[in-house]
Amino acid sequence: MRRKEAIRKQQAKFIEENGVICLDNVSKSYSTGSPALNGISLKVHRGEFVFIVGDSGSGKSTLIKLLLRELVASAGQVSVMGKDMAKLRRREIPKLRRNLGVVFQDFRLLNDRNVYENVAFAQRIIEVPGREIRRNVPAILATVGLAGKYKAKTTQLSGGEQQRVALARALINNPSILLADEPTGNLDPKNSWDIMKLLEEINEAGTTVVVVTHNREIVNAMQKRVVTMKKGVIISDEEEGAYIDDED
Amino acid sequence: MKISTFFYTIQQGFKNLFRNKWYSLASIATISACLFLFGIFYAIVANFQYMVKGAEENICVTVFFEEGITDARIEEIGKMISNRTEVSEVVYISAEEAWADYQKIYFGDRAEEFIAGYPTNPLYRDMNYVVYLSDVSMQDTLVTYLYSIEGVRLVRYSALTASTLSGVNLLIGYVSLGIIVVLLAVSVFLISNTVTIGISVRREEINIMKYIGATDFFVRAPFVLEGMLIGLIGAAIPLWVVHYFYGSVLDYAAEKFSMLSHLLIFLPAETIFGFLTPVCLGVGVGIGFVGSISTVRKHLHV
Repeated sequence: MRRKEAIRKQQAKFIEENGVICLDNVSKSYSTGSPALNGISLKVHRGEFVFIVGDSGSGKSTLIKLLLRELVASAGQVSVMGKDMAKLRRREIPKLRRNLGVVFQDFRLLNDRNVYENVAFAQRIIEVPGREIRRNVPAILATVGLAGKYKAKTTQLSGGEQQRVALARALINNPSILLADEPTGNLDPKNSWDIMKLLEEINEAGTTVVVVTHNREIVNAMQKRVVTMKKGVIISDEEEGAYIDDED
Repeated sequence: MKISTFFYTIQQGFKNLFRNKWYSLASIATISACLFLFGIFYAIVANFQYMVKGAEENICVTVFFEEGITDARIEEIGKMISNRTEVSEVVYISAEEAWADYQKIYFGDRAEEFIAGYPTNPLYRDMNYVVYLSDVSMQDTLVTYLYSIEGVRLVRYSALTASTLSGVNLLIGYVSLGIIVVLLAVSVFLISNTVTIGISVRREEINIMKYIGATDFFVRAPFVLEGMLIGLIGAAIPLWVVHYFYGSVLDYAAEKFSMLSHLLIFLPAETIFGFLTPVCLGVGVGIGFVGSISTVRKHLHV
């Protein structure tokens, strides 16, 4: 008990000093081809809103996979919520992911279940009592503007609505960090803006938000921190930054 | 694990059956077809062996004694034969019983007319032991032993019948073992392939669950339960069908082949299904369990 408390304090101190996400000289190579990430260092502090931008093959997706512990870095250290991803045991991965809300470009919803079941599923895996699930799910669906569609099958929803369901699912367990991988990639401009506004509201409520995107208009308009990647390295990291074109 | 999670897992296992109804139907059909063949084959082989065994039980060896042998020595020989492991029963037939049986068989209703020509028992030295064997393949060993006993004049037996039955029994044993092994191997292959394909289709679903923080157990349990349910249903259907057919065949044989009733002796359904039910259910559920657990494991590394 005392040891656990000590570890918790150590992690809190680490987060205070290095942020909720900390990459220190991280490289990732696959068995074939050039390294996907080449010695990148990045710190994201609690409550920040960060855009990660870059062309295809710049290493953005690899970065997200490292944060989700889907991949392990070939070199350097990746820490999420003060935990060293390389030292994380397999059975500890689910616990880490419950602290990370994730939203994907292709929504990744369980298409054989309705909206309510998709969102409730995230609560069931952390064994929230049924009574609380019945209270929490309608509340989060109302937050993302889908209160009236809880019975609908996900396949009956528009792209924007499906992404809202994915957002609701990502948020229902109050994650410390929300990772959004191209959340507007499959959406029209209006829905894209709606989703970004929701992400901003979530961030204002205290959640750290990391958005990987190609959407220049949104990045330039929102005036948030922008980390630009190219060929596996960070070429720019600016507060209130803008989308840097390849030619720039 | 909380009780609510336990019930959720069970509920999801059942729901999965209906969510993927075509896959479930395909898997159930595969399991049913394989276990149906297995059940039919087992019922045929078990009955055939039962009939051969019945024929074997009627095979006997007759032991005649030397002239002038004492009753005490006959009794002693009887005990020696009874002590043999290959012997199931020894019946003593006195000279008078032998003569009475002879009259019954050969003279029939005209016995009184014929025995007038025999003032004394012509079979006065033909008292004998009728020895039934527990294992017909041991007949030659027993006959050799019987000839070695002092006081034994003649041993009458049918070497051809015994060796034929013993050979047939051995052949049935080997052939049925071979076919059952092949059938089970084919069943395991087909069923695990069907389960594998079904779960591979849901790789995406498993990935999503893992991304949002589900433990391996939470992901695996409903799939494993689903696999076991498919196995259970897939085994129960052929059991019911074979049971139904078996009863019908027994009724049909009793009605149409009543003259062969002493040859066509079928095993009762309880005996056949006392073996088939646990084996089929075990194979069905076992294959569903192993197939689903190994397939889900492949997709868990996300």
